[in-house]
Amino acid sequence: MTIEERQQEIIAEFSMFDDWMQKYEHIIELARELPVIDVSKKTDDNLIRGCQSKVWLDASLSEEGVMSYKADSDAIITKGLVSLVIRVVNGMRPSEILEADLHFVKDIGLLEHLSPTRSNGLAAMLKQIKMYALAFSAKAT
Amino acid sequence: MVKTEGHSLAEAVRYRFPVLNQNVNGYPLVYLDNAATTQKPDTVIAAIDDYYRKYNANIHRGAHHLAHIATLAYEQVREDLKVFLNAREKEEIIFTSGATDSINLVAQAWGRKFLSPGDEIVLTAMEHHANIVPWQMVAEERQAVIRVIPVTEEGEWDLAAAERLISDKTKLVAVNHVSNALGTINPVKWISELARKVGALLMVDGAQAVAHMAVDVQSLDADFYAFSSHKMYGPMGVGVLYGKREWLDKMSPYRGGGEMIDRVSFSGTTYNVIPYKFEAGTPHVEGVIGLGAALKFIAETGYEQMHAHEQLLLQEAVEQLREVKGMRFIGTAREKVSVLSFLIDGVHPYDLGTLLDKQGVAVRTGHHCTQPLMDHFGIPGTVRASFAVYNTSEEVDRLVNAVNKAVGMLI
Repeated sequence: MTIEERQQEIIAEFSMFDDWMQKYEHIIELARELPVIDVSKKTDDNLIRGCQSKVWLDASLSEEGVMSYKADSDAIITKGLVSLVIRVVNGMRPSEILEADLHFVKDIGLLEHLSPTRSNGLAAMLKQIKMYALAFSAKAT
Repeated sequence: MVKTEGHSLAEAVRYRFPVLNQNVNGYPLVYLDNAATTQKPDTVIAAIDDYYRKYNANIHRGAHHLAHIATLAYEQVREDLKVFLNAREKEEIIFTSGATDSINLVAQAWGRKFLSPGDEIVLTAMEHHANIVPWQMVAEERQAVIRVIPVTEEGEWDLAAAERLISDKTKLVAVNHVSNALGTINPVKWISELARKVGALLMVDGAQAVAHMAVDVQSLDADFYAFSSHKMYGPMGVGVLYGKREWLDKMSPYRGGGEMIDRVSFSGTTYNVIPYKFEAGTPHVEGVIGLGAALKFIAETGYEQMHAHEQLLLQEAVEQLREVKGMRFIGTAREKVSVLSFLIDGVHPYDLGTLLDKQGVAVRTGHHCTQPLMDHFGIPGTVRASFAVYNTSEEVDRLVNAVNKAVGMLI
């Protein structure tokens, strides 16, 4: 599946819910399924500080040249949103991630989590995902 | 006076706040972020509308009719504030852009002139960043020292420590009247006497007090008292600094521009008298006029009734939320305004705030611009519900139900 196809899959998944609370129940479930990041990787270097919640993000490049991201957050809703982002980008090539327009957050009605008033680190995390892709793109080619 | 008792007060005034009459995320809005900003009554909105429809003009210098009316309306609010605060004279009322601006004015116009190396400024651990950072800035410049009065587990000042910290070296004591994060009503009159004994000045950050209680600057014997219009049912972008004439006269202006001058020439400029020497540039005229309408709203409603109503809401919220498993109230002072900060074991404030919002309940989450205080309690932040005159018991129930539902999802 391409990044775009994965995003469409998430949009379809969220279209099944009638109200906000159901959407958030799903996000919380996703957070609980997100593989826990190794404690040794929850360093200050990997910390993306939001004003309200924190996100830790670590990335590596496999031998096949695809990205592998791992993340965690102290807030469970942020963690659920983070897990969605990771689902979209994991296993993709750095160049594909760099070119991607990650529009699904907006399309499933969660744009507010990217707004400055939320300050939850998610917007900074999206940037950091691309930064890692950029850093690894040199190695991958 | 609005004639009501207890809870019916909210019903008597609520219809006057148009913004409250709406659905958010499919639920009727429950607005409990009043410590951040209150909503505005119809008369405040109408006063601003009226100003632009009938007499918008730049004030003071114009020789024409509209300028005259606008100036009268603007200066009348200064007079109203003199009465509101029980100041000695209206020249002691300075219009600013908000409480933050008022504090910065004192820090710059008083601090840069009167602080010497080694002088001490005494703050408390529960100050808003707006009553910390301006002092840090001027202290660094003047090589003054900042001392901090600690707070107790209940969220009250440590009075014994205050007595130790305030000394002959103290030049200024700067404290909040009411804590924005905890709701604690602080013993300002007590600390005022302490400051007086050592010859220190007293600056009071009253941003969280003015929506809830009458303030008498002479009785408090405050040298400076700062607050914002928007936290007391008035418009945004306007604040007030009360200062004693004896200090305001001695302070130099810290912003230059129009209105604040007496005469300008390139060989030297002389300054206007107070309050004008601190009001450089075109002021926020419609905001000041709107604040005048807010003062009337408060006078008509009556602080006693507002206080009684808000205390009932606070009590109801405490009693019901206490039942939530893992509930921890942050700030349990004996004297509090209607601000309730809390944390629930295993629940991040951001998650709770988000799920309350999705149920139409607006609260604030985070450190509330009081990071030193949050560090003291060893917490990243809290969820804060704050009640105003228009909130109802039904809304307290909505808050409690929404909290229970959210906790059920999060734990």
